[in-house]
Amino acid sequence: MPEAVHHHHPALAHHFDDLEQQKEAATLGMWVFLVTEVLFFGGLFLVYTVYRAWYSEAFAVASHELDVTLGTINTAVLITSSLTMALAVHAAQLGQRRLVIIFLVATMALGAAFLGIKSIEYYHKFTEHHVPGPSFAFEPHEYARHAQIFFSLYFIMTGLHALHMVIGLGIMTWMLWWAWRGTITAEYYSPIEVSGLYWHFVDIVWIFLFPLLYLIGRHVH
Amino acid sequence: MLSGFQLFPEQASTLAPEVDSLYLGVISITAFFAIIVVVCVTYFAIKYRDHTGDKVGAPITGSVPLELGWSLIPFFTAIGIFVWASVVFFHIVRAPDQTLEIYSTGKRWMWRFQHIDGQREINELHVPIGRPVRVVFTSEDVLHDLFIPAFRVKADAVPGRYSAIWFEATKVGEYHLFCAEYCGTRHSGMIGTVYVMEQADYQAWLGGGGTTAGGSMLQRGEALFTQLACVTCHLSDGTGRGPSLVGVYGSQVTLDSGAVVTADESYLRESILSSQAKTVKGYERVMPTFQGLINEDGVASLIEYIKSLQAGGTRVASAQ
Amino acid sequence: METMVVEKPVTYINHAHTVSSWQLTKDHKRIGILYLIVVSTAFALGGIFATLIRMELTTPAGDLLSADVYNRMFTMHGVTMVFFVLVPAVPAVLGNFVMPLMIGARDVAFPRLNLLSWYVFTVGFLFTIASMVLGGVDTGWTFYTPYSSQGSESNVLITGIGVFITGFSSILTGLNFMVTIHRMRAPGMTWFRLPLFIWALYSTSLVMVLGTPVIAITLLMLVLERGLHLGIFDPRLGGDPVLFQHLFWFYSHPAVYIMILPPMGVISEVIACFSRKNVFGYSFVAFSSLAIAVFGFLVWAHHLFVAGISPYSALIFSFLSFAVAIPSAVKTFNWTATLYKGAIWWKTPMMFVFGFLGLFLVGGLTGVFLASLGLDIHLTDTYFVVAHFHYIMVGGAIMGYFAGLHYWWPKMTGRMYNDTLGKLAALLIFVGFNLTFGPQFILGYLGMPRRYHVYPPEFQVLNVLSSAGASILGVGYLIPMVYLMWSLRYGRIAGSNPWGAVGLEWTTSSPPPTENFAETPIVTWDPYEYPAADVEGHVA
Repeated sequence: MPEAVHHHHPALAHHFDDLEQQKEAATLGMWVFLVTEVLFFGGLFLVYTVYRAWYSEAFAVASHELDVTLGTINTAVLITSSLTMALAVHAAQLGQRRLVIIFLVATMALGAAFLGIKSIEYYHKFTEHHVPGPSFAFEPHEYARHAQIFFSLYFIMTGLHALHMVIGLGIMTWMLWWAWRGTITAEYYSPIEVSGLYWHFVDIVWIFLFPLLYLIGRHVH
Repeated sequence: MLSGFQLFPEQASTLAPEVDSLYLGVISITAFFAIIVVVCVTYFAIKYRDHTGDKVGAPITGSVPLELGWSLIPFFTAIGIFVWASVVFFHIVRAPDQTLEIYSTGKRWMWRFQHIDGQREINELHVPIGRPVRVVFTSEDVLHDLFIPAFRVKADAVPGRYSAIWFEATKVGEYHLFCAEYCGTRHSGMIGTVYVMEQADYQAWLGGGGTTAGGSMLQRGEALFTQLACVTCHLSDGTGRGPSLVGVYGSQVTLDSGAVVTADESYLRESILSSQAKTVKGYERVMPTFQGLINEDGVASLIEYIKSLQAGGTRVASAQ
Repeated sequence: METMVVEKPVTYINHAHTVSSWQLTKDHKRIGILYLIVVSTAFALGGIFATLIRMELTTPAGDLLSADVYNRMFTMHGVTMVFFVLVPAVPAVLGNFVMPLMIGARDVAFPRLNLLSWYVFTVGFLFTIASMVLGGVDTGWTFYTPYSSQGSESNVLITGIGVFITGFSSILTGLNFMVTIHRMRAPGMTWFRLPLFIWALYSTSLVMVLGTPVIAITLLMLVLERGLHLGIFDPRLGGDPVLFQHLFWFYSHPAVYIMILPPMGVISEVIACFSRKNVFGYSFVAFSSLAIAVFGFLVWAHHLFVAGISPYSALIFSFLSFAVAIPSAVKTFNWTATLYKGAIWWKTPMMFVFGFLGLFLVGGLTGVFLASLGLDIHLTDTYFVVAHFHYIMVGGAIMGYFAGLHYWWPKMTGRMYNDTLGKLAALLIFVGFNLTFGPQFILGYLGMPRRYHVYPPEFQVLNVLSSAGASILGVGYLIPMVYLMWSLRYGRIAGSNPWGAVGLEWTTSSPPPTENFAETPIVTWDPYEYPAADVEGHVA
């Protein structure tokens, strides 16, 4: 293909032929990455499933110690942040810079709120001695051993999820800067679209975590 | 001891000739395919060698019949080997109904064996010839593995549960016993000797050798049953707070979840150490756990005692 | 008469000389060279550990190294070789360099991510070095719990973190390769015009991307358990040590296909070139690569046959383990048939191919022994397994790597190496290798367990044979280091296509310019259509 016609969009990387190819590569790349994340969290979910099947009573009792109100609020917060993210992407596709910025800021605020509420929950767990390790204490005593496994999984799963949210906030900051600078346009919005995919994935992980961790046996009293 | 250069360990159990036949069979089959390939590669490499670097090879791209042939023939051969090997496998893992039990615990870095009659050995295992023996074992710390090459048996020792191997020795002698799962510094020192003896010699050894303090496992188990107050709940007529244990070993037990399980050694061990894990249907979940109150030897002795509980009085279980 | 002023061509090597132009490069070719440096260092380190192991094992007693040191030796040997040599060697060194060239692209899809992959890889390697300096790890490269989470007093945390970090290098490289192959093929380069090396790299990338995250989360759990006493695998809390094994092998079995699929791809390339002929059964070989990648995910519990899984599980995994062998057999038959009526050129790369065929054959077939349940009970955890996997990993994967290295060396460096020395090295490696690992099959059936520091005296003769072979093998590996280095300065200048091979990488200069091609190629031919159209610099 002759290089005669050079429509060099400033964002076009030299190894791609055109923006279209670059966008397709970025999108495919993010999807592949999300598949790896599914496998990553999947290992944890597998461990959870095995132990929940074996120690269902202890897991139910331990699950009741989590704050389902805060958890529900957090779920609503995160779902709303996915909505604002989708609106940000939509605004970017239409080249509406101001709206992009507003929705990105909203998404970040909601994400920060989620993390804030999570910190409060962690603090409660700390004061109740439900953090696994030498200071772990759980009543009724016969469930203590298996409850410790539950809380180990609780902290690893939600902790890893929170870490992904922090990274997500970092990505949003970057997108915010690009939107501010005018790099994101109706012609070149794939970075925001791809960031949106990531954010939605992090949301979906929480949609699984919430019932698995907070809602065990809550339908019976 | 064995002298000279060997390709095979001694065949000292009923399983060994079976395993060796399978081995030779697989060698023959795989060697057959290997020789075909090696001969072809060597022959083609020499016959079609081009010293100039200028020639071009023939324009052959493939042959579907050949592809099918060399896919299906190996596949069916593989199925044949799989079936043969699986049959041998089931002989290795399925113990006969009547076996002489020996309990064992692996811990860094030694093997403790407990005979039912009470003898204890460390890193040595005396067994009679011509009688199926089943070794039930666990680990007190990390993973280990009980491996007796001459018998062709092996299984991992996992902390928290029982494993078992079985064999029927066919040749008097002394054989290696190895730990075959890496367990730390003295992993390669965690070895022992299996002594296969004639029946008469074995009786003699039982009578005199080994540590018999504390009586047989059954007696120790009975003492523990009283000491730990199991007898207060597990009344033999079933009216106690716990189910009767008469005839429980080997029976099918219905749990409160509805599931039906076989009451084998692992079940009994779990009931003693993790009592909340499973509850028998019709009974309350009130059995305390004895984790920390009893060691592995004690658990094994209790299990032997429980096994002996049959309707109409205790069965005498001994190595005689 | 005219005089021509010939300017020295600008290549990816000489267009910039500063250190930072290498440290911050986005050029896939330079990144391949960066990987070559780290991988070679790791190979040397792993080789030193192997030397010490074989030296100790010449005598039954533990007279050279203490038990603790020996245990750390075999662990660090395994960790170094598996994660820092076998997994990256062909994909990250050769794949990075050659793959974009082979598909007619200017670079991979995400060049900066590619550089990040290398940095992540190197940081992981530095963690492992740090662990060695601090005394190493003694858990075995398999990190089984509870020994690794509670029993061992060695540097499990640092090593675990190091391997965890390195895993991301694998994930990112696999991701990069997949997107590149999907989206950046030159016009006309349809899937069935792709060289088989690309099919192999694509299949490998699938495994890298799907499998590596599982070992990542497993190591993370292990590190947290050990560091924070969490209790996921602790039997005293109701945790299950066997669960760790399931998680570990869910990645580590497919990982062995990460290690062997790319070298198999190399074999296809080299055998076609040096037989001057199409690879027999191209689409069967291509689909076999995919089949191996998929089936490879279904067999992991054959590492747990004696670990306490139910006999019925064992049956299923045994059957699947037989099934996964079939595509590899199909490939071997296809390569053999490629030689039929070829015009076979006995050059160094081809000698490594011959070596591969013989050794991979033994390695693969001995896998059948281990898939057979009735035999595996006796053979697992013995030297039979050690011999089996070394035949595949070293006899197969490393031979394939060396074949590729010798095949593409002229393209990467612009220089030819001494072919006679190359053939000598290949021969020494082949002979030394068989002498080292052949006796270990016998040792295994006799019952010598693996990871043994001391052993009963009747095993000594075979151990001495094995160690003698190792010394020959060691010499065999040292020789290429000498003549390849020598060639960089004094080797004959290679033209763009010294082997007269068919393939897009051979249509550009040796070494290639940074942008790979002056003009984007348009592909209208099938792979392996010999003779090649242009053969500038063709050697005799």
